[in-house]
Amino acid sequence: MGLQYLRDVVTLELDRDKCTLCGMCTNVCVHGVLAVDDNGIHILERDACMECGACAMNCPAEAVTVRAGVGCAWAIFRDWFRKQPTANNRQQVVI
Amino acid sequence: MRWGIRRMHYSVPAGLYAIGQPTHESPVLVTANYKLSFDLLRRELSGKDLWLLVLETFGINVWCAAGKGTFGTAELVSRIQKVELDKVVNHRTIVLPQLGASGVAAHRVRKATGFRVKYGPIRACDLPLFLKNGLKTSEENRRIKFTFRDRLVLTPMELVGAWKISLVVLLLLFILGGLSEQEFSLQGVLSRSLSPGLIYLGALLVGSFITPILLPWIPGRAFSLKGAQLGLLWAFAASITLASAWSVGSIIALFLIVPAIAAYFAMNFTGCSTFTSLSGVQKEMRIAVPVIILSIVTGGVTLVLGKFL
Repeated sequence: MGLQYLRDVVTLELDRDKCTLCGMCTNVCVHGVLAVDDNGIHILERDACMECGACAMNCPAEAVTVRAGVGCAWAIFRDWFRKQPTANNRQQVVI
Repeated sequence: MRWGIRRMHYSVPAGLYAIGQPTHESPVLVTANYKLSFDLLRRELSGKDLWLLVLETFGINVWCAAGKGTFGTAELVSRIQKVELDKVVNHRTIVLPQLGASGVAAHRVRKATGFRVKYGPIRACDLPLFLKNGLKTSEENRRIKFTFRDRLVLTPMELVGAWKISLVVLLLLFILGGLSEQEFSLQGVLSRSLSPGLIYLGALLVGSFITPILLPWIPGRAFSLKGAQLGLLWAFAASITLASAWSVGSIIALFLIVPAIAAYFAMNFTGCSTFTSLSGVQKEMRIAVPVIILSIVTGGVTLVLGKFL
């Protein structure tokens, strides 16, 4: 089924030098965007990424980065009219 | 419930729950305190013995709570410590739903508590097989789908969410119906505002119900564009039925306003979908929102000018 969203907008970035090939990012991605094989890690389907941030969040080597947020028009509307941080402009919580 | 009636008050207390007769060796599953998720899990796992660690997500489901950060590393770590999970089980593995991964950093949980996070399948119904296979799931069960049925159960919420604005619009149409050169009578106003009212409700239905249902088969990628196309079809259908006796100005307004309304409601479905990104929706909105506003304003002006000139 042709359920893909807009082309060439996704902020997903990969630092192949930092990657330890642990495979965690491929484990958490619900769209199979990333893949690890003999050649290392690479982005299989960039446009399928929904920027949920699970890969970056679970990368111990900080090799994957993405501006994570929720692809929801309502949430973006709220952000336009509100100043306080919401899901789409929160900083990543580091503990 | 799913339709939003008292949904915000639909939670179970956070904490550790036992399903069946769990022992020190039984698996530990983690979930949100949204009652629908909790009940679904209990149903899928009935007959098994395991621990269920429920996080405080304020009655929000795993995926949305992970996006907000309440189903997150900090809450998980503090909940593990609060229930003293290390004393309850001998092993050091916890199973999280895969959709919780955007809120939880597995390696940080391990550092803070010693527990290893395993991400399970997306759907609760795949859990029994996951547990049977030694906490392994297939590639297939790691991919999210957005089926016809998924979209069908989500659309009623869209209609419920639109009732307030719809009431305002219908009232406005009623008032417009009263602003006629004809003699004022309640019946006359009602009959004059009936067609516009029905056309509006049709546009709402097209945008928040029909477009989501037919999503994969409508050309284009932006939700608003998909909605606008079906809205245009509805405007055309209305122009030869409900609005067949309208003036040229009103017909122009119809073709400007109806697709814009459908586009707006279709765009609001982005949040329900499983494949839209923040960057994508921002890009869509940067274009769609001004166009929608412009289209509705132009349509409104045409309508008013047509009535009074």
